[in-house]
Amino acid sequence: MLIRAFLILALCGLLAAPASRDAAAATAVAQFTLANGMTVVVIPDRRTPVVTHMLWYRVGAADEPPGKSGIAHFLEHLMFKGTAKNPAGRFSQQLAAIGGQENAFTSNDYTGYYQRTSREHLGTLMEFEADRMTGLVLTDDIIASERNVILEERNQRIENEPSARLSEQMGAAQYLNHPYHKPTIGWRHEMETLDRTDALDFYKRFYEPDNAVLVVAGDVTPEEVKTLAEKTYGKLARHGAIGERKRPQEPPQIAERRVTFADLRVTQPSLQRSYLVPSFTTAERDDAYALDVLAHVLGGGSNSWLFRALVMEQRLATNVGAWYQGTSLDASRFGLYGTPASGVALEKLEAAIDTVIASFLDKGPAVEEVERSKARMIADYVYAQDNQSQLARMYGAALTTGQTVADMQARPDRIRAITAEQVRDAARRFLDKRRSVTGYLVKDGQREEKKS
Amino acid sequence: MKILLSLAVAAAISLSAASPASAASKIEAIVSPGGIKAWLVREPSVPMVALDFAFTGGANADPAGKPGVANMVSSMLDEGAGDLNAQTFQERMEEKAIEIGFTAARDQFRGSLRSLSENLDEAVTLLRLALTVPRFDAEAVERIRSQLLAELSRSSTNPNEIANRRFWATAFPDHPYGRPSKGTPETVSTITADDLKTYVKSVFAREQLTVGIVGDLSAEAAGKLIDRVFGDLPGKPTLAPVPGRAIQGLGERIVINLDVPQTVINFGGPGVARDDSDFMAAYIVNHIYGAGTHTSRLYNEVREKRGLAYSIRSTLYWMDSANVIVGGTATRSDRAGETLSIIDTEMKRIAAEGPTQDELDKAKAYLKGSYALSYDTSSKIAGQLVQIQLDKLGMDYPERRSAMIDAVTLADAKRVAKRLLDTKSLTVVVGRAQGLNKTN
Repeated sequence: MLIRAFLILALCGLLAAPASRDAAAATAVAQFTLANGMTVVVIPDRRTPVVTHMLWYRVGAADEPPGKSGIAHFLEHLMFKGTAKNPAGRFSQQLAAIGGQENAFTSNDYTGYYQRTSREHLGTLMEFEADRMTGLVLTDDIIASERNVILEERNQRIENEPSARLSEQMGAAQYLNHPYHKPTIGWRHEMETLDRTDALDFYKRFYEPDNAVLVVAGDVTPEEVKTLAEKTYGKLARHGAIGERKRPQEPPQIAERRVTFADLRVTQPSLQRSYLVPSFTTAERDDAYALDVLAHVLGGGSNSWLFRALVMEQRLATNVGAWYQGTSLDASRFGLYGTPASGVALEKLEAAIDTVIASFLDKGPAVEEVERSKARMIADYVYAQDNQSQLARMYGAALTTGQTVADMQARPDRIRAITAEQVRDAARRFLDKRRSVTGYLVKDGQREEKKS
Repeated sequence: MKILLSLAVAAAISLSAASPASAASKIEAIVSPGGIKAWLVREPSVPMVALDFAFTGGANADPAGKPGVANMVSSMLDEGAGDLNAQTFQERMEEKAIEIGFTAARDQFRGSLRSLSENLDEAVTLLRLALTVPRFDAEAVERIRSQLLAELSRSSTNPNEIANRRFWATAFPDHPYGRPSKGTPETVSTITADDLKTYVKSVFAREQLTVGIVGDLSAEAAGKLIDRVFGDLPGKPTLAPVPGRAIQGLGERIVINLDVPQTVINFGGPGVARDDSDFMAAYIVNHIYGAGTHTSRLYNEVREKRGLAYSIRSTLYWMDSANVIVGGTATRSDRAGETLSIIDTEMKRIAAEGPTQDELDKAKAYLKGSYALSYDTSSKIAGQLVQIQLDKLGMDYPERRSAMIDAVTLADAKRVAKRLLDTKSLTVVVGRAQGLNKTN
């Protein structure tokens, strides 16, 4: 089997430094595929004798059957409940006994499991993780108890946080047809009904080697990883029954949507807006990179257009900013948020945001602004070289949302190539209110008074 | 060369017990030409430098009637310094991708710098300006004040914030630890630029400064860097003494009604000092009781067996003037009483019986084996260098740590479990808790 080595050339180009440092700074990332179709990515980091072992599945909340929202995340919890070979708790206990740390995560597009240990235990991690890819055993008692845990997790993350509840409503409003309209953790009324059959059906359908991406970062060589992976994951058969990953797609959005969430506990009103935009995976040409730079120039930190105008000059907001979710298999979102200054109505802040955007669309950003933002964004890829878990997460997320190792490695160069004209052009095409959802978070019982 | 001669480079030691061969991980104790001590780990493979530092003082050094000054200083230092106004300062940080951050902990005012090696000169310049000549311009003070007030307003109905504030206020009345580090809307409204300047003048000094550096630089370069950043600061800080204090409110249960779907519970009691001979045993016992992720007794009883909460955890806090163990959970309201009963039962059980040999062995293995994971990024290493110095553990601590863990016997663990947990707790409950009775 072929092990392809990629060099992270991003580092070299960025630093614009003498050639001598380039080779030393570059990290060789390897990718190969096991005979059963499982993708493997290896990111060597030889500084400390530890490894990060992450197994990703190309399945998330957006792949759930209708009426079963939350099952992807529920299954993630249930994966810790033991197999025929390794009963409940054995994996976690053995991992703890070797000083390992573990956790798992679920998004709309992927589900991941990871452990971090000293390097010599990598083979053991793979044995356990391969075992639970096919050997999960669930009882009704386990289901009942763990369902309570995910309901408390929903309480902790969403129900107890008014701003999270607004975000949930806005996501639902943005996506009419695509399953991204569901919260990843699920709707409470559906979570309450999830049972053992739902979990096992989902598990048997989506958990198999052909649908998995293994990412190992740390003090290892690609050859070692390949040998260990073939002995463990390589023994698993693919069932090949998943089929193409095709979710219902979103129609073009043609009408602005608005949501207001009122809660008694809101003491500080705020507003959010999101626009339906392409992702790194769905974008044509350089649109995604232009949107990435746009988010930074328009609302990334205190040098951005929105912050300078609304926080520093006009004093209408205490905070304001923008974000872009580029990592997404299907159509994604570009967002704005703002907290009004004391005595400023949300309507007034929103109008001021729209004025800044109109001015941006008209004049466009200065070349220096775009260059400064790009330098900052590209440096993040260098800083990431210092953190093997972060690197593993970046690659895993890319590979489970339709991107490749080469795409990932090209990102700094593609950001570098974006011009001020492209940023303005992207803003003109995508910051169209007809593609947007605007959300207000207000105190229940006293709708925003118009003080201005 | 003068600079070289004045550098005292102590013996380098292996950083992680699990990795004696890891040549990159070596701590060197250095003294700058100006006489400032620091610990350095040279790391040539990533072209960046991470610097962490701490001034003794922190939120404790807030004026007694004005909590929130240190926190406001921490938000203001990168808002203009020297000849640079806030906007120019922020632009220069962004152009060179320099990250500078400050936090007001209770006992220390802490800072960190992260820079690409090629931009280190500019990074050092900006950090020096921020620490030595912060401007506190009226425009920036008012802007940051309004941000802080908005955050305070937002957190005023957050159950975690409410529980946390009440817990510390009850545990340490009339003591700096009982004051809210971020202040109150009333105090933050009255903080002046003079308050900020006075704080900086009294806390930022070369003595009682702790520094850790990690990066692609020599001991000589590190010494020069330290002098450039900190060399212009006054020698001695002016700090009011903070009296030692035992936790108060033990046996009290405070219930605060708040209309939220989930009930937040904070609980705690006396802890153990970092230099106490029982510290390591207490650390292990707490791991078994409530700190072990996915393995602790509280986790097993509350989450794993009964599904009463998503998160539950207890933590030892060792501070300069008090030591506590504090736990927290967010539980379903209709069974909050049951959760409280379980916490109480588990506390009494481990205090009476201590951990088992098996639990002790597993906890030791975990704490030894996982230590290397705290050293896998430059920022984490810089943080460790500062913490080990603050804890006065010595440069060889990373090497000695495993033996210190191994030395804890089952008899030690049982004795210390009793010492740590055979006590009444202070408990704060926020939400619509049901099922509370007098005994839990």
